[in-house]
Amino acid sequence: MPAGCDIAFTLNGVKRELNVPAGMSALEMLRDKLGLTGTKYGCGEGECGACTILVDGRSMNSCLLFAADCDGRELVTIEGVATTPRGERLRDAFVANGAVQCGFCTPGLMVQASSLIERQPCATETEIRRGIEGNLCRCTGYRKIIDAIATAATEKSHE
Amino acid sequence: MSETLIGKRIPKLDAPDKASGKTRYIHDLEVPGALHAKILRSAQVHARIVSIDTSAAKALAGVHAVITAADVPWQRPIGVAKDHLPLKTDRVRSLRDEVAAVAADSEEIAETALRLIRVQYEPLPVVATPDQALAPGAPLIHPEPHGADSSPHLKSAGAPVAFAGKPDNIAMTFEYAQGDVAKGEAESDFVVEDVFKLHYVTHCCMGISGVIAEFDPNGNLLLYSNTQVPFLHKREFAELLGIDPARIRIIQPPIGGGFGSKLDIYPFEPIVIFLAKITRRPVKMVFTREEEFLASPTRQPVLLKLRSGCRKDGALTFRTVETVHDNGAYTSWGATTPFVMMQTISSLYRVPHCQYLTRAVYTNNPYAGSFRGYGNLQATFAVEAHMDKLAEAVGMDGLAFRLKNAQDPGEVTPQGMHFKSCGFKDCLATAAARSEFLRKQAENRARWKDPNPVKRGVGIASMLHVGGGAKIYPSDGCGTILKIDDFAHVTLMTGASEIGQGSETVLSQLVCEELGLPLSAVTVVNNDTDITPWDVGVHASRTTFIAGNSAIGAAKKAKAKILAAAAAKAGVPENELSLQSGYIVRSGKEKLFELGKFLRGLHFSDRAELVMTTFYYEPPSKHQDKGFKGDVSAAYAWATQVCEIEVDTQTGIVRLLKVTGAHDVGRVLNRLGIEGQIEGGIVMGQGYALTEDLMVEGGVVKNPNFRDYKLVTAPEIPEMDVSFIETLDGEGPQGAKGVGEAPAICIAAAVANAIYNATGTRITALPFTPENVYRALHGAAKAPAWSAAA
Ligand code: FES
Ligand code: FES
Repeated sequence: MPAGCDIAFTLNGVKRELNVPAGMSALEMLRDKLGLTGTKYGCGEGECGACTILVDGRSMNSCLLFAADCDGRELVTIEGVATTPRGERLRDAFVANGAVQCGFCTPGLMVQASSLIERQPCATETEIRRGIEGNLCRCTGYRKIIDAIATAATEKSHE
Repeated sequence: MSETLIGKRIPKLDAPDKASGKTRYIHDLEVPGALHAKILRSAQVHARIVSIDTSAAKALAGVHAVITAADVPWQRPIGVAKDHLPLKTDRVRSLRDEVAAVAADSEEIAETALRLIRVQYEPLPVVATPDQALAPGAPLIHPEPHGADSSPHLKSAGAPVAFAGKPDNIAMTFEYAQGDVAKGEAESDFVVEDVFKLHYVTHCCMGISGVIAEFDPNGNLLLYSNTQVPFLHKREFAELLGIDPARIRIIQPPIGGGFGSKLDIYPFEPIVIFLAKITRRPVKMVFTREEEFLASPTRQPVLLKLRSGCRKDGALTFRTVETVHDNGAYTSWGATTPFVMMQTISSLYRVPHCQYLTRAVYTNNPYAGSFRGYGNLQATFAVEAHMDKLAEAVGMDGLAFRLKNAQDPGEVTPQGMHFKSCGFKDCLATAAARSEFLRKQAENRARWKDPNPVKRGVGIASMLHVGGGAKIYPSDGCGTILKIDDFAHVTLMTGASEIGQGSETVLSQLVCEELGLPLSAVTVVNNDTDITPWDVGVHASRTTFIAGNSAIGAAKKAKAKILAAAAAKAGVPENELSLQSGYIVRSGKEKLFELGKFLRGLHFSDRAELVMTTFYYEPPSKHQDKGFKGDVSAAYAWATQVCEIEVDTQTGIVRLLKVTGAHDVGRVLNRLGIEGQIEGGIVMGQGYALTEDLMVEGGVVKNPNFRDYKLVTAPEIPEMDVSFIETLDGEGPQGAKGVGEAPAICIAAAVANAIYNATGTRITALPFTPENVYRALHGAAKAPAWSAAA
């Protein structure tokens, strides 16, 4: 058995120390080792966005990131995003706008949207659409997701 | 009066959890002590299995079981035609075929064990297309009975296992006729004929397939499953295991999308059950995305020859249709889609004479299942192309021609479908007016010769689909148990499954409307066959209609009991009482009792009435006869969609700019939910028309991933303008009809008509990818030909 890697990182604001196998993805670490199942596996190849998390504030596909490379970083998952004021605003906007159907894509989109409106608080329709280009949704046709993000962004700019 | 909930924008009840990442799908469930299963699939498209050696896999540490067909001699064929053993015995017929399975301590160990299994194959000639399958002397896919007669170990076990085999490659045929097509053709002034070719696509639910199976010491089976039809599956699993269905409990965790994909049993489910039985441990299996592409069902690819005619005045005279469906290696619901296709062909427009013949043909390809729209996308694609062509031949505009032939309310078609509510003409007129269809069509056409290589086009198409349940079984029904507790909190136990479509919300809404309660007063239980009453499953756009009527019925019964008790207690006539905003109210305004308090007061009285009631609803309609004549649904949904596109004739890129839809939905119940269904359906239709293409070559799926199988993404979606035509169906819950499938059905047909309007070129093969469109526009594509062998 090859020895795993000892890593230390911050997860949703809490310091964690962990030993992870070299080949393990951040997605597997979150779901299987840490029980944070809000982050979803949709493809494992960086093509669907269901596994989106924030790494040092930037959104990333956790299926493409090695767990070992999380050492020294700050990770935020949907469980973390959902409890921030921005996350709550987004959640309410997703709910009110009907942006959720089966919901499997939703956590990834929530995280992506959170990072999007943080970077571009006044994002236009086109910018929002481009911003979620990497997140697939089979149910909603995206219209209501785009509206939800726009709603949450507008509320922010009124604060 | 309490304010009505009907027609309001009601957020989905499960949305806050889903948006917070708290919802636990099957993938997120950990059962203590569970083993993990993996399946070894065939390495050959078509071959004899000579031998399987599992010894090395069995010897691997952490492996609890390695099974092949020999270990489960009692397994039985599954699927719609029962032509499919979960674990293959003597032969593999497609690359997805299940040869062996492993249960191990972890997925990684199971994966390693798979690589240690040695299978020797003797290749057989591959039947890659229906054409090849129908050719004289073609290799047969099911030449002999499966199992018992061909596998020695099964024979010795004397198991009653077999599918009888087929002397040809025809899995299923459907024939339908009305009137006399020869007479119809003789009366025609114009006749057109084309061959249409519809391609492979697949569901791509974001939540991939999975199952967890566990037996208790008494042999009772608990299944965590994503199925859309839990009650039918109980029966099928029971048959498969030879146990009493009452001993099977199915729990459905929240489901990450269905769209018809979860309507059948697939081999992985029995296999996981076998492993659980053999290891006496809970066993969990979740697909990878690649496996989902390879081993879940597809929409059925169809080759369709359509011949239609009309008179000079524009009245349709006849239609003759012949189709060949690529069934794949086994038979699932895909083979039965002609049942829906023939309705569009015979009854969307008035056609006196019709003939329809279809064959589903076995090949070594992935097998086709049911998929939102159920054959109707294919049928509508062909029919609506001919509506345009005939209109042009007659010299009428496409709208006037369609209006002339469109059905009216009250009509009974020659096939026997009775359109009690029908807003078809309103749909046509509304979508055309809102999109300025006629003006744009004329303008675009005038620009055919224009040097600008980027052209605009507008196209129209309409659809008819079941909207009041579907009597594919002798009856269609759904049970409800409704409980009101001491605090006026309602628990609604319904057989109807939630697959993301919002049934739990709309059912709550209907119940609250009846009981004068806020939505917060309801809890829905809809995912456990030990608790919920029977239902035939989520399909055919039936849930709002059937389960909705059932829920309303239960609520009405509860209300009657409460009001009777209240009338007795207050000494007032019952008919003066109503339920409003949580109160029992007299004459519409005088609050007599607070509902919760009143119910509590009934304890220990001679009228103790904690309300518990059941209701079952079956719509009154006649079943189809053997010639497919008769009604299949208590109500029908209608829609017209106009698509506006831009085609770059130099690249073949088609962009869908705008969809204007008008839908006869009976009545809007939850405006937010219905908009979501329609928008999602439009974009799924857009994918079918423009981007999605499961490439199957020689039985091999070439693009089993999202990089090469293109779903529509957010930047590509069109502007959507949706109108609702409310025809208030007499049978519908609050007048509503089903809508789930409708919005996906017309898009490809309307886009095809729009490409013609933009360029003057009519393309009869899907999908409209840049390459296909470019070839067609530059004369480098051959129009699809009717199968020589057919
Ligand atoms: S699971 Fe990571 S992008 Fe799909
Ligand atoms: S809501 Fe189902 S995939 Fe997006």
